Amino acid sequence: METRNETPFTSGTYSAQGQGPHHFHSIDHDPDDIWGDSRVVVNIGPTHPAMHGALRMVAKVNGETIEQSYCEFGFTHRAKEKLGENRTYHQFIVYSDRLNYCSALINNVAYAMSVERLLGVSVPERCVWIRMIASEMARVIDHLVCVGIGAVDIGAFSFFLYGFHQREEAYTLIEKLCGARLTTSYTRIGGLAGDAPVGWEDEVKAWVKKTRECLDEMDSLLTGNKIWLQRTVGVARFSKEDCLKYSFTGPCARAAGIDIDLRRDAPYLVYDKVEFDVPIAQNGDVFDRYLVRMEEIRQSLNIIQQCAERMKPGPVWADDKRTRIPDKEVVHNTMEGLIHHFKFFMTGFDVPEGEAYTTVEAANGELGFYICSKGGPKAHRMRIRGPSVYHFQALSPMSQGGLIADMVAALGSINIIAGELDR
Amino acid sequence: MNEAVTTGFDTFDLVAMGLKIALIVVMLLQVVPIMVWVERRGSALLQNRLGPNRIGPFGLLQSLVDAIKMMFKEDRVTGHVNPFYFRLAPLVSLIPAFMTFAAIPFASHITLGDKTVEFQIADLNVGLLYILSITSLSVYGVIMGSWASNNKYAIFGGLRSAAQMISYELSMGLSIIGLVMIVGSLKLGDIAAAQGAALFHIGPLAIPKWGIFLQPIGFLIFITCTYAETNRLPFDLPEGESEIVAGYHLEYYSMMFGAFMMAEYINMTVASALTATLYFGGWQLFPGLDLVLASAANHGLQGLAFEWTRVALEAACFTLKTAFFMWLFVWVRWTIPRFRYDQLMNLGWKVLLPLSLANIFVTGYLIYLKVL
Repeated sequence: METRNETPFTSGTYSAQGQGPHHFHSIDHDPDDIWGDSRVVVNIGPTHPAMHGALRMVAKVNGETIEQSYCEFGFTHRAKEKLGENRTYHQFIVYSDRLNYCSALINNVAYAMSVERLLGVSVPERCVWIRMIASEMARVIDHLVCVGIGAVDIGAFSFFLYGFHQREEAYTLIEKLCGARLTTSYTRIGGLAGDAPVGWEDEVKAWVKKTRECLDEMDSLLTGNKIWLQRTVGVARFSKEDCLKYSFTGPCARAAGIDIDLRRDAPYLVYDKVEFDVPIAQNGDVFDRYLVRMEEIRQSLNIIQQCAERMKPGPVWADDKRTRIPDKEVVHNTMEGLIHHFKFFMTGFDVPEGEAYTTVEAANGELGFYICSKGGPKAHRMRIRGPSVYHFQALSPMSQGGLIADMVAALGSINIIAGELDR
Repeated sequence: MNEAVTTGFDTFDLVAMGLKIALIVVMLLQVVPIMVWVERRGSALLQNRLGPNRIGPFGLLQSLVDAIKMMFKEDRVTGHVNPFYFRLAPLVSLIPAFMTFAAIPFASHITLGDKTVEFQIADLNVGLLYILSITSLSVYGVIMGSWASNNKYAIFGGLRSAAQMISYELSMGLSIIGLVMIVGSLKLGDIAAAQGAALFHIGPLAIPKWGIFLQPIGFLIFITCTYAETNRLPFDLPEGESEIVAGYHLEYYSMMFGAFMMAEYINMTVASALTATLYFGGWQLFPGLDLVLASAANHGLQGLAFEWTRVALEAACFTLKTAFFMWLFVWVRWTIPRFRYDQLMNLGWKVLLPLSLANIFVTGYLIYLKVL
């Protein structure tokens, strides 16, 4: 390989049948391969079981060693950003769910915060606490799924299901908040779809306790396992410099020793009022990403515990006529209320001219919503910064020179969510 | 049996042999749906799930329904495969799986009148060699299937399995040599019978001279190799679904896929039976059961009734031992992750092979010292 090759190879330079011209030379040339045609191009994805969502990698392999590869995405492209320009601010909430569908609540919160910043609305305290619990729960869910699916790709299935059980329990709690499990659409601009039911905090605390136990069990099952260590330590290393070059954020960056966490560095919601640590590792390999995620789950559980203890009863809606969805009682009993309700949902509310960019620390890294408003109920431009896009670019260099199995492990560890990647 | 061979078969021998073959074949065929059920319910047990529980009591009939589904599925052969080898491959991997069990004894002999019936289809004097050679045939089915499939992922699976099975066969064969040296016979009947002697006594309880006590290292190497030979996790690289989709049986559906699956489970059964025979006394009774049998004899269980009770107990012990190792297959599969291909080769050639060679030398030295 001349250099770390990131350019896609064009058809014609190589053909699997050996009919095409061969321009391919590599430094680590295999002396037995005198014609240079023992390489095979394999198409991994978009329907390959390890390519979560619909991703595609085309790899030129020597035996099973990936010598050259390129990645494609966009198979789940739904024009999210364009939809943001054609839907009212309120209507876009449901689209934000479908970004990173493993942690939909974080997307909801981030989007609501962005619009609220444009409007200059601030939400009451209880709303903030609930949003924090919801975000952290989504983070726990996302990390549980990520480490679990990563383990499934390496062959440890039971580990995944232990975590998955706690994930389902978390979804049951989320269901009590908003009636939905996966696509929550829980936040509203300036509030929440509904207040947490009575006694919800206690259920959350019980869930935190159980999840801690479950994590210890998962830890003892896999973390010290010799095969697991062999499969993950030193695999798909991505150094600090490379991470910076590829704009890594979130657990993947922290696993390579970059000490960033927006919750601590640029506190939003009330992250500055709770105590938590930001775990970082140094090697940037699959194992370190796994460790960082496992520790982050524990830290998130700490945050949830603190929030659940400090949550007090109170209003969840900002006292702002523009964004407040009229109460059903008013809608059903008064003409003005009915008209207000109709206008609210049919035409939406005006947002003053301006731009706002809000970033939050989502489960995979920095999730940002840039909204440009020229007045009116729809955004002039909506731009979403999803961390998966940046991470996915690194898959090809990361898996260079590794085996196909290493590529699968690498993909599982950087947790690419196709919904967020393709948007 | 040997006597019968010299005097020629008569009707009695033919009937006895026919019954034994029928028993083994039916048992092996039956073990597949049962093992599939154990695998599914067992994995559910390990993973806090329920598993299939709708059809029949405890979902026991689920495997039957699945088998019916598989048989009635369209037997399509896609255009890009080589149809002859594609159809042949499942048979080539299934038949050796059945053949292996012929040399494994599942109880000791019984004397009926002037005839002695061995509970084993053939007590070959090259028993172990026969088993090793027949199991090595099953790799042809995998390679043939992967090559005939004309699919890149299938070829990956075929190449992986060829390399894996051949490397691990070596260590597997060498790991048994120590045991063969101690017993002095390749006959599985002799090996099982030799493990009946007492190693030492705890009160009235005799701890038998099972292979595991004489060859602990050999046992570990052997059982590791059986996992590689049967393509089970942590060595399921030929099919490793997250890497090469389904490996060698990627292009197969309906009963042709079913045949590959059956071969896997029958191979598991044979491997478990072999482990039980070589290292856990085979049909030898569990320690203590001989005392029970002796007290039953004192209380009037005599003659043919006693003999049949003994045989039934022996067969039950053999089945239990085999069942344990089959459960171990399931247990291991759902507990630990998969090796990577190069790590698998390293383990086979750099760890297991030297270890099994060292085991032979140490065993030889101990035999020289008359310790074993």
